[in-house]
Amino acid sequence: MRTLKFLLRKEFRQIFRNTTILRMIIALPIVQLLVMPLAADYEIKNINISIVDHDHSPYSQKLTNKILASGYFRLNDFSNSYDESFQQFQKDKSDLILEIPADFEKQLVVENDAHLLLAANSINGTKALVGSAYLSRIIADYNGDIRTDWIPEQSVPPAPTIEVAAINWFNPLLNYPFFMVPGILVILVTMIGSYMCALNIVKEKEVGTIEQINVTPIKKHIFILGKLIPFWLIGMFVFTVGLFGVARLVYHIVPAGSILLMYGFLAVYLIAQLGIGLLISTYSNTQQQAMSLAFFFMMIFILMGGLFTSVDSMPQWAQWIARINPVTYFIEVLRMIVLKGSGLKDIRMHLIIVAGMALFFNGWAILNYKKTS
Amino acid sequence: MKQFMIFVRKEFYHVFRDPKTLLLLFGMPIAQIILFGFALTNEIKNSKIVVCDYANDIASHRIIDKIAVSDNFVLEQNLMNHYEIEDAFKSGKIKLAIVFPANFNEDLMHENKAQVQIIADASDPNTANTLTNYATNIIMSYQQELMNDRRPPMQIHTDIRMIYNPELKGVYNFVPGVMALVLLLVCVLMTSVSIVKEKENGTMEILLVSPFKPIMVVIAKAVPYFVLSIINLTVILVMSTTLAGLPIHGSIVLLYFESSLLILCALSLGLLISNVTASQQTAMLISLMGMLLPTILLSGFMFPLENMPVPLQIIANIVPSKWYYIIIKSVMLKGLGIGAIWKETLILAGMTTFLLVLSIKKFKNRLA
Repeated sequence: MRTLKFLLRKEFRQIFRNTTILRMIIALPIVQLLVMPLAADYEIKNINISIVDHDHSPYSQKLTNKILASGYFRLNDFSNSYDESFQQFQKDKSDLILEIPADFEKQLVVENDAHLLLAANSINGTKALVGSAYLSRIIADYNGDIRTDWIPEQSVPPAPTIEVAAINWFNPLLNYPFFMVPGILVILVTMIGSYMCALNIVKEKEVGTIEQINVTPIKKHIFILGKLIPFWLIGMFVFTVGLFGVARLVYHIVPAGSILLMYGFLAVYLIAQLGIGLLISTYSNTQQQAMSLAFFFMMIFILMGGLFTSVDSMPQWAQWIARINPVTYFIEVLRMIVLKGSGLKDIRMHLIIVAGMALFFNGWAILNYKKTS
Repeated sequence: MKQFMIFVRKEFYHVFRDPKTLLLLFGMPIAQIILFGFALTNEIKNSKIVVCDYANDIASHRIIDKIAVSDNFVLEQNLMNHYEIEDAFKSGKIKLAIVFPANFNEDLMHENKAQVQIIADASDPNTANTLTNYATNIIMSYQQELMNDRRPPMQIHTDIRMIYNPELKGVYNFVPGVMALVLLLVCVLMTSVSIVKEKENGTMEILLVSPFKPIMVVIAKAVPYFVLSIINLTVILVMSTTLAGLPIHGSIVLLYFESSLLILCALSLGLLISNVTASQQTAMLISLMGMLLPTILLSGFMFPLENMPVPLQIIANIVPSKWYYIIIKSVMLKGLGIGAIWKETLILAGMTTFLLVLSIKKFKNRLA
C-alpha cells in the first residue's frame, strides 16, 4: 500500500510537471463540449430550392409563394429551364428542383389533372426524402386550397378524419443539445482516459524506464494501479467539469436522474476504458503504435457508439459491433439518466455488461502484460 | 537529388521496419471504410414501439397491421396500460407509443372524427420527430383509404425523381465522407508523430547537423506517408466500387489529383504540428483529441453545415475535409470535371501552401 502511495505521487508529479499536456487535457474537452453540440443538429431545414416556372400563371405564382412562405425552403434561383437549374444542382447550390409545366393552370382547371416534376439531389438520401416530403405536403395543401376555392363545401360530403395528437416526452422542445451534450461528454472522457493511459505506459517502455521498474520489487498489479488511478481521477474530473460546468451553465441541462448513479456508472465505465488503454499498451512497443491503435478504436467507438446515428438502424452485424463497444452503453445510460431520469433498475443490464467488460479487458491486459515483460 | 533519395529510402526503411504500424496504416482505413460505409445511416429503422389499443376495433386493427409491416417499426408487445409507457421509455425499450382511445372506429364512422395519440421519447429529438412523422403518414394513408371511393377532382400529381442516388443508399453519402475523414486524420497523425519522435529521441539533432538542408530532411520524412496514402486511396476506391457499389462517374486522374492535394494538405498540417510540439504525446493529443471530433462534425457529411450557427459555418471553412468532401462527391458521384470544382481545389491548394510555408517558418525559428 505504501508503495502504491509513492508510485501515485510520482505519477501525479509527472502529469503535473508537463503543463502543456495538462492544460490540453482540461481545455480540449471543454472547448469542444462548448462548441460541438451546436454543430450536431439533424433537423432538416433551409432546403435550397430551384423553381422552374414555365407556366407564369397566377396559379403557379400562388404555389411558389406558398412554398417559400412555408419556412422550410430557401429560394436559390428562378430559371427558365430545367437544365439551367440542374447546373445549380451540380454546384451543390440547390437541393431540390420544382418544375412547373407550361400549361399547369389549364391542366388543373380544365383537365382536372396536373403534373409537377420534383427532382431531388439524393446523394444524402435522408435530406432528399425529407425535402421532397415537405414539398409534397405543401403541394397537397395547395391542392386542397384550390379545391375549396372552386368547389362549394356542401357538395362534398364530410370525410372521416383522424386527428393525430403528438406529444414529446422528456424533451418537449426537441432541443438537440440536450441529446448531444451527454453523448459528446462520454466521448471526450473516453478519449482522455483510455488514450492518455495507453500512451503513458508505452512511453515508459519506449524510453526504457519500465525496465527499471521491472527490476524493483514493485509488484505488477501495484504498478498498474499506479498507472490507472491518476487517469481514473482525471476522467472523473473532466466529467465533473463537463457536467456541472458546461452542460449545466451553458446548455442548462439539469440531470433528471440520480447523480450518484451517474457517478457509479462512470466509475465502472472508466475502469473498463482504462483496461482497454492498458491492453493497447501491452500490445504496442512504441507510442506511434499505441496511438494508431487507440485512434483506430476511438473512431469506431465514436462512429459506431450511437452518438450520431442510431444503433437500432444499423445492419445486424454492425449492431453486434456496437454492442461490444463500451461507449455505446455509457452514451445510452447517460442520456437515459440525464434526460429521462432512469433509475438503477432501468440500467442494471448496462451496468452488469460494462462491469463485465472492465473485468475482461483488465484481466486480458494483465495476462498479456506478464508475458511481454 | 541523390542525397534526397537516400534520405527517402531511409524513411521507407523506418516505416517498413515496424510491421505493426504498417499494418495499422493500411488496415485502419480499409476497415473503417467497410465499417462506416455500411453501418452508418441517417435512416431511422427498426424502432421499437408499443400500441395501447383501448378501442380494439376494426379501424385500430387495420392501422396496427399497417404499422407492423412497416420497415421503420418493430412492434413490441401490446401494453394495455397507459401508465406503463413511461416505464418502458425509461428502460429504453421503446421509442414511441401509439394510443387508440376507446370507440375509435365508432367515432370515426359516425362523427367523422377520431383521435389518435402519439407519444414519443423525445430525449432523442431526431428519432422522435422522424418516427412521429412516419406514424402520422401511416395513419393518414389509412384515412386516405377510407376516402378511396371518392376521388377528388383537380388533382395535382407530383412526379419525384431522385438524382445521383436513386436507391437512396447511405453509402453514397458516407463513403466519401469517411474517405475525407480517414485520409486526412491518418496522414496528419502519422507525419506529426514521426518527426516529433526524432526530436524526442534526439536523432533529429544528428540529421540537422548533416550537410543536408533541414527542410529536405522533413520533406523526405513525408514522402513515404504520401506514397502509402496514395496506395491506401487506391484500395479504398477499389473497395468502395466493388463492395459498396459506388460509381466513379468522373475522371480517375482528377480524383487522384484532388486526393493528392488533400494528402499534401494533411502532410503539411502534420509537419506544422510536429514543428510546434516537443513531445509525441502533445502531437498526438492535438491530432487526435483536437481534430477528430471537429473533423467529423464540420466536414458536412454527418450534419448539414447550413443548419449550423454562422460562427461554426465559418470555422468549418478551415476544415480541409469539408472541401475535399465536396470535391469527391462532385467527381465520383456527379461526374463533374475541374470546371465545377476549381474553387474548392484552389482553396485546398491555398491551405496546403499556407500550412507548408507556416511550418517551414516555424521550423527555421526553432533552429535559430
